[in-house]
Amino acid sequence: MPKVKVPRKSTTVDMTAMCDVAFLLLNFFIMTSNFVAKEPIVVAIPSSVAEIKIPERDIVTVLIDKDGKVFFGLDTQQDRKEVLDNVGKAYSINFTDKELIEFSKINMSGVPIEKMKAFLASKPEVRDSKEAAIGIPADSLNNQFKVWMKTAKQVNSKLRIAIKADQETPYKVVKSVMGTLQDIKENRYNLITSLKEVSTK
Amino acid sequence: MADIEVKDKGKGGKKPGQKKHTTRVDLTPMVDLGFLLITFFMLTTSMLKPQTMEISVPSKDKVQEDEQNKVKASQAITILIGKQNKLYYYFGAQENGIDPKLEETDYSAEGLRKILMTRNAEVMNNVSQLKLDKANRKVSEEDYTKKLSEFKAAKSAPTVMIMACDDSNYKNLVDVLDEMNICNIARYAIVNITPYDLGLIDKKTPPAK
Repeated sequence: MPKVKVPRKSTTVDMTAMCDVAFLLLNFFIMTSNFVAKEPIVVAIPSSVAEIKIPERDIVTVLIDKDGKVFFGLDTQQDRKEVLDNVGKAYSINFTDKELIEFSKINMSGVPIEKMKAFLASKPEVRDSKEAAIGIPADSLNNQFKVWMKTAKQVNSKLRIAIKADQETPYKVVKSVMGTLQDIKENRYNLITSLKEVSTK
Repeated sequence: MADIEVKDKGKGGKKPGQKKHTTRVDLTPMVDLGFLLITFFMLTTSMLKPQTMEISVPSKDKVQEDEQNKVKASQAITILIGKQNKLYYYFGAQENGIDPKLEETDYSAEGLRKILMTRNAEVMNNVSQLKLDKANRKVSEEDYTKKLSEFKAAKSAPTVMIMACDDSNYKNLVDVLDEMNICNIARYAIVNITPYDLGLIDKKTPPAK
């Protein structure tokens, strides 16, 4: 009997296939990703059984934290620029191009308009700090929030309004925000909630 | 790395000193990089889109008073959201100077939901039957939506008025609105709380001092 020859195999594994898989997945994640938007404050949203998904574009987010601070966020940079420009005009503040570009990079703003210039001139670290998150005045004496919303609607009429408020927000604040929206004849809006399972029986 | 070179001794009459280069590239670092990036993207993306609850409110310039008065007292349920997660309700309205009976309830399934479901039993039955039919593919998608809104708008269905006092919080409001969804109540409105209703709550809860 001839001797069985055991071939010497190399231990090299062909990594090409694995590499393909890795990059395929990577592609998928890059394509489908929309980044977690940075918000100036953390809110714990209430849960509900509503199953309607929020539209991806053309939404204006109203963020309300538990101290009743109101923030305002648009999703496209172009809209942000135009809105700031127009809001500035309403308060006779002129923003330079540089400031407008700077503003268009900010996801959510919560600064009174008179402090906006200083805010835009400050460093990103300062901007993200808690002290900078003042909130837009939304009371009846100085309702800048109303101006913001009105301008946003003028700039882009397709905008849908989404209210994202903290669970602990006093109803008073929510009422005044809803009242403001009613004032500018915005009668349909969405409340952002997280999903909760509920049995009906 | 994972490569153990199986060396070919230069037997075949090759000149010593001339190395044989393989065209194979070790892809392990590239795979590492790929997975690293995948991890990064997985962690930073928000795959889960938040849910929303759509509400529409009557516009201010419409005559709201009229609208409210139209509500038949027999079908009206008024829900009062009090402070410290308290919840009250009453049926009907003040009649001939007699106050409606204010009851206290809570946000659990046994509380408000049960009350609303009993009041809205007819609609609930219809809707659950319809859902069953849909699950068995007896009705088409179009018919389903049509019938659903039909059932919800039934004349016998109660009308709910939600009043929240200033000290209640947003979660309470969302919870109540949620109950409306669960109990298939189509007619509801968020109304500003009236001093009369505040008075009812005060009467119900004597000051603890």
